[in-house]
Amino acid sequence: MSIAPPPAGPVPYAKELSIDLLRDMLRIRRLEERSAQLYGEGKIRGFLHLYIGEEAVAAGAMRALRPEDNIVATYREHGHALLRGVPMRSIMAEMYGKHEGCSHGRGGSMHLFDAKHRFYGGNAIVGGGLPLAVGLALADRMQGRSAVTACFFGDGAVAEGAFHESMNLAALWKLPVLFCCENNFYAMGTAIERYESQTDLCTKAASYGMRTLRVDGQDAVAVHEVTKGAARHVREAAGPCFVEFQTYRFRAHSMFDPELYRDKREIEAWKARGPLHTFSARLKAEGKLTEDEFLAMDREVAKEVGDAVAYAENGTWEPVETLLQDVSTGAAPR
Amino acid sequence: MSVTSYREALRQAHREALASDPRVFLMGEDVGRYGGTYAVTKGLLEEFGPERVRDAPLSELAFVGAGVGAALGGMRPIVEVMTVNFSLLALDQIVNNAALYRHMSGGQFSVPLVIRMATGAGRQVAAQHSHSFENWYASIPGLTVLAPATPADARDMLAAALAHPDPVVIFEHVQLYNLEGDLPDARNPDIHSAAVRREGRDVCLISYGGSMPKTLQAAEQLAREGIEAEVVDLRVLRPLDDETILASVRKCRRALVVDETWRSGSLAAEVMARIAEQAFYDLDAPLARVCSEEVPIPYAKHLEDAALPQPEKIVAAVNSMLGRAAG
Repeated sequence: MSIAPPPAGPVPYAKELSIDLLRDMLRIRRLEERSAQLYGEGKIRGFLHLYIGEEAVAAGAMRALRPEDNIVATYREHGHALLRGVPMRSIMAEMYGKHEGCSHGRGGSMHLFDAKHRFYGGNAIVGGGLPLAVGLALADRMQGRSAVTACFFGDGAVAEGAFHESMNLAALWKLPVLFCCENNFYAMGTAIERYESQTDLCTKAASYGMRTLRVDGQDAVAVHEVTKGAARHVREAAGPCFVEFQTYRFRAHSMFDPELYRDKREIEAWKARGPLHTFSARLKAEGKLTEDEFLAMDREVAKEVGDAVAYAENGTWEPVETLLQDVSTGAAPR
Repeated sequence: MSVTSYREALRQAHREALASDPRVFLMGEDVGRYGGTYAVTKGLLEEFGPERVRDAPLSELAFVGAGVGAALGGMRPIVEVMTVNFSLLALDQIVNNAALYRHMSGGQFSVPLVIRMATGAGRQVAAQHSHSFENWYASIPGLTVLAPATPADARDMLAAALAHPDPVVIFEHVQLYNLEGDLPDARNPDIHSAAVRREGRDVCLISYGGSMPKTLQAAEQLAREGIEAEVVDLRVLRPLDDETILASVRKCRRALVVDETWRSGSLAAEVMARIAEQAFYDLDAPLARVCSEEVPIPYAKHLEDAALPQPEKIVAAVNSMLGRAAG
């Protein structure tokens, strides 16, 4: 794996958007650091897949989408849900399994849902969200809406049949799907060169006759610009587009992963490309951010996280009497 | 009232659904230009156009999943999977997405999707094209599973399924498409109840789908031998209508289930368990079943016939239950 130098150079945005992007990333980071801690304390159970290291992708991409657009995400989706507008407190309550959670405690970390924000999950089958995204886009097109369906998935999904079938169908029917491949170079513990005959993922997508773009997923500016352009293309041309965001997971795959498969030097090299510290350094270099401002932002975010935890702690457990609810409409199946 | 084939009744149901609701569209392999593998959808492409009658690539996983997504997006898709055999390629989308979305999202999303598929054996198309997996699908919370066995149910269940807010799987047995029957003008929107197809008092025969004609034929033979069999058509395989089943069992005090799925883990096993749980002391004889033999369905006609439930097997099983020599 060749690792590029850290993202650098001026941030070509007004101060407000620049600071917003930084805050977006920081909110994900602090939410997840606290989640990992709560996992250790036994407050959060099951699987917990952290996005730490990849925050620039969700931050840059989400700000390129509109409220009428649909989002389909994976089991590593805390950041996507948060930046899409799902309140941090309902995400935290969901991870606690509380009734106040965004999926009422039925989903957990991997199944965050929010109809109001057109956030369609939270899909924990690798590749499982892609066909669904194609269908959402089909529904939009058949109903004359100009929405884009942004479908996030990892590099591992590219090896699934669902990826290829969905790319073909979306291109064949010219559907407005924005395929957002978050390539962190590992399918769980298997490195991309150990599971892909063709590691150039854009080449695969291009074979379906759609526009493809590759971008440094550690650079919120690059992500935002490329996603904006790709979303415009999808919306105007009403055909799919594939974007590969090259990024890196700083933490283990899940809380059960002893990380025997990665070289520590590789992890350190990618950490030098961390999306948060490189971005804040750029802002500081051009005078858009002072250390005091950063610390104030961090305190503000810490307060939001603290509030989310308190909300989850004070949340209620759904009574077991309603166990069979929300399986099918009407009476519980006999 | 008119006499119509099961196939024509289905086609009529599709035509009516497409005409009455702009959200309805049909998607599947060869549903358009080819006219449907079993000719169910013949003429619909010409009538409703390629946007609403969509020929899909051989990508069961993607187009069934696209049906889930389109349903989430406000459409009312009818997805035709050519046969249950190929539905295995789409199982992830059916089980992990369609069936679970309402629950995983805490009730925020529903998937009003209708999946139709041909099922069953009897046409000498060998092991990979002769499966019956109604029992699998009927074991999954979140799905409603229907098995129309008459032209009237074939017509009416589609509309009822489309009106249902959650995913519905409809099994059409390949041997039924040419079946002719009365098509009453009145519609039956019921997708909750089993139906008594023949009144009787000596034994309750419970079946569904493609085994229904065989079961009714067996009942006629039994009647000639002096045994009045009641025949219950399950119609709805999930959720099962225990009430109708148990009422008939209590009346006849003997029950036999006819089911083309393999005997081990069959749908018959579930029906029998429910009877044993709820009506054990009403029974005068042990429960019995006629299922497919535990063998992949063979190609050769005589072997295929031997592997499947047949009227003679049903008659013999009833005679054995009654302690009579075959008539």
